[in-house]
Amino acid sequence: MAERSFASEVEDLKLGAGEIFSGEGILAITKALLQAGVSYVGGYQGSPISHLMDVLADAKDVMDELGVHFESSASEAAAAAMLSASVMYPARGAVTWKSTAGTNVASDALSNLSSGGVTGGALVIIGEDYGEGSSIMQERSHAFAMKSQMWLLTPRPNLTAIVEAVEKGFELSEASNTPVMLQVGIRSCHVHGQFIAKDNKRPAFTLKEALESPRRDVNRIVLPPASFLHEKEKLERRWPAAVDFVRANGLNEFFGPSAGEIGIIVQGGLYNNLMRALQQLGLADVYGESRVPIYVLNVSYPLIDEEVLDFARDKSALIMVEEGAPEYIEQALHTLMRRRDIQTKLSGKDVLPLGGEYTTPVLVRGLAAFFEANAPKLLGNRPPVPDPTPVLADPRVKALSEVVPPRPAGFCTGCPERPIFAAMKLVEKELGEHHVSADIGCHLFSILPPFNIGGTTMGYGLGPASASAFNVEAGKRSISVMGDGGFWHNGLATSVGNAVFNKQDGVILVVDNYYSSATGGQDILSSRALNPRRKTNNSIVDAVKGIGATWVRQIDRTYDVKAMRDTLREALTTKEKGPKIIVASSECMLNKQRRIKPLFAKAVKDGKRMVKERFGVDEDVCTGDHACIRLSGCPSLSVKHTDDPLKDDPVAAIDNSCVGCGNCGEVSEAAVLCPSFYRADVIHNPTGLDRFLAKVRARVIGWLQARRAAGRVVFAD
Amino acid sequence: MNMMMSEPTTGLLSADKPLSIAILAMGGQGGGVLADWIVALAEAEGWVAQTTSVPGVAQRTGATIYYLELLKARPGATPILSLMPTPGDVDIVLAAELMEAGRSVLRGLVTPDKTLLIASTHRSYAVGEKEKPGDGIGNPETVVTATDFAARMTVAFDMERLAVKNGSVISSAMFGALAASGALPFSKEAFEATIRAGGKGIDASLRAFNAAFDRATERSNDRPVAAPVKRLDPLPATAGHPALDRLVARIRAECPPAVQAMAYAGVKKLTDFQDPAYADAYLTRLGQLHAADAAAGGMARGFAFTLQAAKYLAVAMAYDDVIRVADLKTRASRFERVRKEVGAKADQILYTTEYMHPRMEEVCGTLPARLGHFIEARPKLYAWLDRLINKGRRVKTGTLFWFSGLYLVSGLRRWRLGSLRHQREAAHWETWLAEASALLTEDYDLAVEVLGNRRLVKGYSDTHARGLSKFDRVMAAVPMLKGRDDAAPWMRRLRQAALLDEQGTALDGALKTVATL
Repeated sequence: MAERSFASEVEDLKLGAGEIFSGEGILAITKALLQAGVSYVGGYQGSPISHLMDVLADAKDVMDELGVHFESSASEAAAAAMLSASVMYPARGAVTWKSTAGTNVASDALSNLSSGGVTGGALVIIGEDYGEGSSIMQERSHAFAMKSQMWLLTPRPNLTAIVEAVEKGFELSEASNTPVMLQVGIRSCHVHGQFIAKDNKRPAFTLKEALESPRRDVNRIVLPPASFLHEKEKLERRWPAAVDFVRANGLNEFFGPSAGEIGIIVQGGLYNNLMRALQQLGLADVYGESRVPIYVLNVSYPLIDEEVLDFARDKSALIMVEEGAPEYIEQALHTLMRRRDIQTKLSGKDVLPLGGEYTTPVLVRGLAAFFEANAPKLLGNRPPVPDPTPVLADPRVKALSEVVPPRPAGFCTGCPERPIFAAMKLVEKELGEHHVSADIGCHLFSILPPFNIGGTTMGYGLGPASASAFNVEAGKRSISVMGDGGFWHNGLATSVGNAVFNKQDGVILVVDNYYSSATGGQDILSSRALNPRRKTNNSIVDAVKGIGATWVRQIDRTYDVKAMRDTLREALTTKEKGPKIIVASSECMLNKQRRIKPLFAKAVKDGKRMVKERFGVDEDVCTGDHACIRLSGCPSLSVKHTDDPLKDDPVAAIDNSCVGCGNCGEVSEAAVLCPSFYRADVIHNPTGLDRFLAKVRARVIGWLQARRAAGRVVFAD
Repeated sequence: MNMMMSEPTTGLLSADKPLSIAILAMGGQGGGVLADWIVALAEAEGWVAQTTSVPGVAQRTGATIYYLELLKARPGATPILSLMPTPGDVDIVLAAELMEAGRSVLRGLVTPDKTLLIASTHRSYAVGEKEKPGDGIGNPETVVTATDFAARMTVAFDMERLAVKNGSVISSAMFGALAASGALPFSKEAFEATIRAGGKGIDASLRAFNAAFDRATERSNDRPVAAPVKRLDPLPATAGHPALDRLVARIRAECPPAVQAMAYAGVKKLTDFQDPAYADAYLTRLGQLHAADAAAGGMARGFAFTLQAAKYLAVAMAYDDVIRVADLKTRASRFERVRKEVGAKADQILYTTEYMHPRMEEVCGTLPARLGHFIEARPKLYAWLDRLINKGRRVKTGTLFWFSGLYLVSGLRRWRLGSLRHQREAAHWETWLAEASALLTEDYDLAVEVLGNRRLVKGYSDTHARGLSKFDRVMAAVPMLKGRDDAAPWMRRLRQAALLDEQGTALDGALKTVATL
C-alpha cells in the first residue's frame, strides 16, 4: 500500500482524444505511455518517479483493459533486464527509476540490452535527482547514454513536450534498434501543467503472442563473435539511423531569429530557466519570443552534427548551456568543430559554473559574460536584473544566519526507527563508539542530530557489505545498518550472503518497517499487509537463515528500547563468530497512522470501546535538560518556555501530533532519565465496568487527595 | 517538439510578467495543498498557473519550497514559466512558520521593492534548538527585524493556532491571509469556491480561512518576543493563613523592593515543596545573604546579588527528589491538568501511566541520613538492594494500588529534612553560597555570576550527575578568574558554554581558553 492513493489520478489515465489532462508531470508521462501503446511497464520506486509506479499500481483496471503488464521490479537491475522482452519482439516496454542511483544499479542490464539492440521500442524513464532537495550523489546520467550508446532525450520541461518525447522516444528506439533514455528533472516530474490527451492504445504486439510463438536469434546475444558485430552495428547502422530519425522528425527545436551574430545551444530541460534569464536580460519575453537564436537539444545524445553545423554557420560565437559535470556536450561540440575546421567560438563552462544547478541567476551571470565578450550591443541599455545582494548584505538579514536553524528531513513523529538509534546511543554510552556503516533509507537520518550515528553509506543494500573490510580481530565490532527495502533490493545476497560466506564478525541491523518507506511506502517482499496482487509476508529472518546465518534475533517491537539495547549489547559482545543479525521490526508510523486512523475513528463512531494513547510531560517535574530530546528528536516532542520565574530553560512538551508510540517513556525508562513523562490513555465509549471502576477509583483517590490538600498550607495559585 | 519555429514576425517583446509565489513550509504542513489551491483558483479565473516542488525526502519533516507562477496570458499564447524562484524576483512569499520566514529572507526571496510576506509567527523548533541542554531557541526578534526590513509588506500572525482553533490545518489559514492581502486579483468568493471544490474537510477549512481572512484584515501583526514572559506576582495583602501572612510580612519587611517578587516566588515554591517553616528558613538564609550584599555596597547595584540569591536559593532548596515527584503526580490539580492537556471529554475515562526508573541511589537518598549512610558504606548490600529496586516501572497513577504507593511516598515529606538527600543538598548549597559570598567584597559581579551557576544543576540520575560535574568544572574556574576585570563576563561565558552540549565539550574548550588568559 503506497503512501498516497491515486484513485482520482487513475481517472485521468482514461482521458480520450482532445480532452485536457491537467496535473503532475510524472502522471502525464504515465498517460503518455498508455497513449503510445506500451505493452509492459516496470521500475523501482524512488523520488521523483515514485508516483509513476504508484499510479500504475492503483490503475489495475485500466491496465487490464488495455492488456498492459505492470510490475514493481525488485530493483532497477530487474527493471532494466525486463526490457529484454523488446529484444526479439516488437513489444513496446518502459521502465523507470531514480537516476543516477538507479542507473548505476541497472547498468549491467542496460549495457547488455544496448549491445544486442531492440526490436520493440524500449524506453527508460529516468527521474533525474539533481540539484536542490536531491537525496543522492550529484552525477550525470548522460555518461551512461554515451558509454552504452543509448539515446538520451531531454525534453523541454512542459507537459506537452514531455508527453511527445515519450511517443517519439518509442519511435526513435524502433527506428534505430536502440533503447532510449528519457530524462526528466525532479521539478519537471512534479510540475503541474496541462496537455491535450489522446486515446489510449492497446499494444500492437502482446507478450502473450511472444510467449506462444517464441523467437530467438543468437546474433542478438552478447557473446563473441556477436558482441563485436554489435559494436560495429551500433556505430555504422544504429547511430546514423537515430540521427536521421531525429533530424527528419525535428525533435530538436530552433527558436528566435534564424540568423544572428551569436547563438545559444541548450539542453531541453534547461529551456525554461534560460528563457527566464534572457527575459531578465531584456532579450526574450514570457511567450518564448527571443532576440537570440536558440537551438534546443531535446535529444542530448546523439548530437546531430549537421544541425549543429547549420546553426553554427555564420555565427561568431556560441554558448553551450549544459548542466552538471563533466561538460560532455560542450566537449563533443569542440571535437565536431575542430574536425570540420569551423572557427565559431564556443563558450560554455568557461563562463558558467562547472557544477551545480543552472538556476536563473546563475544563467543571467553566465550569459551576461558571454554577451559582453561576444555581442555587447545586444545587451542594449541593460535593464536592471533582480538582485537580492543589497538585502542579503544588510546586517539585519545577516543576523538571521545565527538564528535560522537548518531543518533537514528527519524521522517522522512516532517513527519506529527512532528507538533503534536511541538504543544504539545507550549502548554507545556503555561500550564506546563503534564503526557504523549506514545504508540508504529513512534510517540514514540517524547520521543527523540528535543521534549522530553512522560513518558511511555506499549504496542501497550495501551497508553490511561496506563493513566487510573490518572483519579483523579487534576490541570492537563493526555495526552495519540496512533497511528492509535495501535488504530485498540487493542486501540479501550482496550484504548478508557476503557476510555469511566470509564469516564477517560484525553486527548487521536490519530495520524492518514493513514497507519501502523512504520512497513512499510501497509493499515489498516482507510487507505484512496482504496484497492480492503480490506475494508478501515473506520473513527476513527465514531468508537470512536460509542462506546460512546462525546468530539471528528478531525484535518485534522496536519501541522496546530495553530489549533493543540488550540485544545490541549481546550482539556486540557475544563470543560467537560470524555475522550477528538483528531484525528490528515495527510498522512505519506514517503508513500505520494512515491505515488505522480511519479504522479508529469508525470504531469510536460505532460506539466501540477504544483506547487512544498519547504522551505528555509534567512540566513541574521537567528540569529543562532535554536529555530526552537528545535520545529522540521526535517532531512532537518539543520544548516550551514556562512562566515560572525560577526556571531559566524551556521544559519539554509534547504536542497534539503525538501518536503515542511510547518511545519517550521507553527511552526515559531505559536511560534512567527523569520521571516527567506520562502516557495518557483516553478510553472512548467506556463500558459499564470501566465506568464503575473509574467511579470507585475516583472516589477513593479524591478522598485521599482532599485529605492531603486539607493538611497543607500553601498559597492559592 | 516536432515543430520548427519560424522567425518572429514582430521582434517585439511582450512586457507580461508572471506573478511569482514561493511557499516555504516543513514536510507534513500541507504546503502542497496550499499550492494546489492557488493553482486551481488561478485556473478557474482563466489564468495560466504552474507549480513545482522538490518533495523528495523533504516530505519527512524537512524544510521545503513550493514555487508557483501565475499569468493572465495573452489569448492563444502559451507562456514559458520558470520552475524555481529567482532571488530578488518573488512577488509573494508564504512562510508556514516563523523561522521559515527567516529562511526565505536569507535565500533572497524577500526584497523590499516587491515582496509581500505572509508568515505564520508560530514556532516549530528544529532539533538543533531542542537538543541543547540549555535554551537553544533561536531569537524570534531577529526574524521580525529582518522581515520588517526585507519585505515590502508583511502579514504575520499565528496562523497555526488559528487553524487548530478552527479545527483545520495551517494551509487553510494561509489561504485566508493570502485572500485578505489582496495580492491576487481574485474575489474572496473565488477563494472560497476553490476550497469547496477541494472536497475534503470543507467546513473546517472555510472556518479557518474566514478567521484568518478577518485576522489579516486587521492589518496588525503579531510580534513575537525573545524573552519568555515570566510570572512575577506582587505581594498579596493577605494570603489567607496566618503562617503564610507571616511569610509575606517578612518579605515586605526584610527584602529590598526589587527582590520582593522573586522572593515571593521562592517562598511559594518552597511552601509548596515542603511547608511554611521551610520557606521561613529560606527567608532567613536570604536575609543573611542580603546583609552581606548590603555590606558590600549592593545598594548601588540594585541588590543584584540578593535578587540572584532569591532565585537560585529557592531552586536549590526545592531539589527534585522522589517525594516531590510522587507529590506532584498525585495531586488533584495534576489530574485535571492532564485531562485538559489531552483534551479528554467528560464522557471519556482517562488513566495515566508514569514511566519511572527508581534506583537504590534514590531510595538511599530518601532514607534517614544515618541509615542511608549505613547502606552506602556497604557496597555488597547496596548492590543487592539495587538489583531489587533498579528497574523501569510503569506506574498507573489512576489505580488504587499505584496511587496509594505514590501517596505514601509523597507522605514521606514529613521526614524529608532528615533524609540523606536533604543533608547532601544542604551541604552543597551552603558551600556554593559561601563561595559566592566570599567573593562579594572583592568582585561583586563575579559573586552574582557564581550564584547563577546553580542553573547548571538539574535533571535526575545521570543527567543530574552531569549537571553537577559541569557546575563543579565551572566553579573550578573561580580561582583562575579572580582578580581579573572581566571575571564576571568570563564566568557567564563559561556557563553559557556548559549549556551548549551534553558532554561539556564547548565548556572544556572555554575552560582551556580561560586557562590561557
